[in-house]
Amino acid sequence: MTLNVDRRYRLVYKPAVFAASLAPFAWLLCCLFGWLGFSAGVDPVKFLELECGQTALNFIFLTLMVTPVRHLAGLPHLLRLRRMLGLFAFFYVALHFTVYVVLDLEFDWHTLGADIAKRPYITVGFTAFLMLIPLAVTSTNRMMRRLGRRWAQLHRLVYVIAAFGVWHFYWQEKKDVREPLLYAAGLALLLGYRALRAWRRKAVLHPMPET
Amino acid sequence: MARRIPRIPPSHITPPEVYFNRRSFLAGALAAGVGVSIGSVQAAVLPGEAGAPLAFTPNPGESVAALVHASGQDEKPNAYEEIINYNNYYEFGVDKTDPAANAHQLKTRPWDIGIEGEAEVTGRFHLEDFIRPYALEERIYRFRCVEAWSMVIPWVGIPLAPLLQRFKPTSKAKYVAFETVYRPAQMPGQASWPPILPWPYREGLRIDEAMNPLALMVVGLYGRELPNQDGAPLRLIVPWKYGFKGIKSIVKIRFTETQPPNTWNQATPNEYGFYANVNPNVPHPRWSQATERRIGAPLLHERQPTLMFNGYANEVADLYRGMDLRQYY
Repeated sequence: MTLNVDRRYRLVYKPAVFAASLAPFAWLLCCLFGWLGFSAGVDPVKFLELECGQTALNFIFLTLMVTPVRHLAGLPHLLRLRRMLGLFAFFYVALHFTVYVVLDLEFDWHTLGADIAKRPYITVGFTAFLMLIPLAVTSTNRMMRRLGRRWAQLHRLVYVIAAFGVWHFYWQEKKDVREPLLYAAGLALLLGYRALRAWRRKAVLHPMPET
Repeated sequence: MARRIPRIPPSHITPPEVYFNRRSFLAGALAAGVGVSIGSVQAAVLPGEAGAPLAFTPNPGESVAALVHASGQDEKPNAYEEIINYNNYYEFGVDKTDPAANAHQLKTRPWDIGIEGEAEVTGRFHLEDFIRPYALEERIYRFRCVEAWSMVIPWVGIPLAPLLQRFKPTSKAKYVAFETVYRPAQMPGQASWPPILPWPYREGLRIDEAMNPLALMVVGLYGRELPNQDGAPLRLIVPWKYGFKGIKSIVKIRFTETQPPNTWNQATPNEYGFYANVNPNVPHPRWSQATERRIGAPLLHERQPTLMFNGYANEVADLYRGMDLRQYY
């Protein structure tokens, strides 16, 4: 039996990606509660905080990879998976923030306010979280229709969010910034690809006058 | 060739607090499974392998026990497993679990310590000769990392002051500098490129800080020889300062007239100073130091206020009288 593209995505790919996207969450729960022999180590709070944050950043990168992979691999239908990846990015960012407020700060609102105002890496991370909220809220079909062209403009915020996420990652490191620098290089590739395409398209539509 | 150590005055051999606590000292030695004949002095001897039991005096002197509980908080020592699996020891890697995984590569015997600089007695000494004249003490100290987590750790060691005085520092010895071993073949973190820190790791104390009775040269943990990931065979503990002052696997001690460099200050001078006293009022440029998370406490009950000088203000505040601790962070 062969399925058309629509049904393949609806019945196979989307459920598979959904399950795979929940795998990190399941793993974190196993680590936290010591299930299946997993462990969150000596400092479970820091462990959860870092793993949620990094998983969130990974999902932001996955959403940003959809466009280049569609173009380069000739898989236009991949677009159907992007919303789910973006919403999982939001899910893991929210989880990261929740771990920080509940388990790390233990609801110390005073410190939370001071951290957001005075600690630049937290200011940057918190701003990225706030910017993700409108994107999550406007991710429904109805909102896409309602916003029309402005929807695409609004969702370009994800470029800023990704940059802030990498910046937040870089700034919280005590000394070893090799991993955040790798993320920065990856982001430069992903955004550079878009810049190059936009520039090329512009060059085709408005060729430079001959001199 | 290691030189012979100068003769030790008898007053150094039996510290007064041990003398006046002979009963508890003997009881402790017996409890540790070590027979001692009445009247003999228990010299500090290392069995030569990490985790082997040590003979030590548990909580010698009331003052130390009182110090431990000075803050009036729940000060139950952290579990051994926590103390040996959560380490900042970049010579073995930057993750907290790297030292536990890699530290077995370091050979801690034979081990020599070089004494240099402004002292009458200098040279190289075998570890065994370096510590033998002293009795080992257990000291349960709070440990506060600059990253704003903390533990309570039952160290076994020797007060730093008599160890240093034995080398007769001259009047020019205003500071004392320490250096960690440099062995990239046994310490993978030192071999990584680009270097995470300028090796070898260096630390230093003002001489009066070094002579404070709380400063401890540590050789053991939980009554056993120090595991490699915690700084074997010889490490410093300065409980009123952030943990990075507690330099590990020491091979060199140098008395100096000027303030010696310390590695974290060299690496990031605006974030880490020479003094590094625990101070809830002076934040790290990137995070607050007002509170800390006690590792191993129940979830949602980890965070607690950080105490001035890590709770040891009564013992050490005088060292910094008149100093602006914001400037000298």
